[in-house]
Amino acid sequence: MARRADRPRLLLPALLSTALGTGLVLSVLELHSVSAGLGRQVAEQLPASGVSNPVTAVLLNFRGYDTLLEVAVLLLALLGAWSLESSRRPPLARPAPPVQEMLTRLLAPLLVLVAGYLLWAGAGAPGGAFQAGSVLGAAGILVLLAGWRCRRLAAAGRPLAVLGPALFLLVGWALLLLQGSFLDYPPARAGLLILAIETAAMLSIGATLAALFVAVLGHGGQRP
Amino acid sequence: MAALNLLAAAFDLLLAAALVALAWQALRSPDLFRAIVLFIVFGLLMALAWVRLDAIDVALAEAAIGAGLTGALLLAAWARLQRAAGGADGETR
Repeated sequence: MARRADRPRLLLPALLSTALGTGLVLSVLELHSVSAGLGRQVAEQLPASGVSNPVTAVLLNFRGYDTLLEVAVLLLALLGAWSLESSRRPPLARPAPPVQEMLTRLLAPLLVLVAGYLLWAGAGAPGGAFQAGSVLGAAGILVLLAGWRCRRLAAAGRPLAVLGPALFLLVGWALLLLQGSFLDYPPARAGLLILAIETAAMLSIGATLAALFVAVLGHGGQRP
Repeated sequence: MAALNLLAAAFDLLLAAALVALAWQALRSPDLFRAIVLFIVFGLLMALAWVRLDAIDVALAEAAIGAGLTGALLLAAWARLQRAAGGADGETR
């Protein structure tokens, strides 16, 4: 716990945090009695959005621009990590303990399958590009930790990381030319466009997260 | 039915208390590794909390990214700090 000498210094932050916490709790308790949110409007427009999961509809269609910015921010984070850490290659391959090796052999393909399922199911059930992408990233980290080195996959890291934001932007610009406004999906094609964008985003997010892990890991204690 | 509601309420209360306790422990822990592990556990309980709030997409993202990925990144950073501290003491890399 706090040392004696720290206590007077911690008093003000403690008071402020308690005040902020109480204020937050009170506002959350007030929430549903003040506003019903946009749930009704989303439900009304859901058939025209191309998907049947309201969360995916909002993320990829109604507020697609925000998701574009999020994917771009992930890329920026990766660039930031790369500018601080020069090693983009994972540490050298080394044999893993047998249990870890066995676990990785079991889990890695399973994680890829789960990611694919989450991407596909995201249209109608909880899931979607970010969830699937993070599962892919986890699979990448698992493989890295087990000491497997797949040179072609590692070389594909950079193009994959760019694929998501690039495709999203291209679709937006194409729709700007064809429809007159950025990311304005025609309702007949919306489902297909959303699936394409989500697939690219999933690959991109997975590659970015794994690359971030490589950047944080550094040389892994060995000099290449 | 009332018993089920009571059980659900008790579960929610326990979850909230556990979240606050874990957060406090993670922030005040002197050992960095312990703090990271507590953070990962916090992420998992947070995913449960999101499920209780009927936000399943957020729960999936929290479990995968908040608990899994951020935990892995923090552990990699911790390992790096250990190596750097070891190097500063004169050990060979």
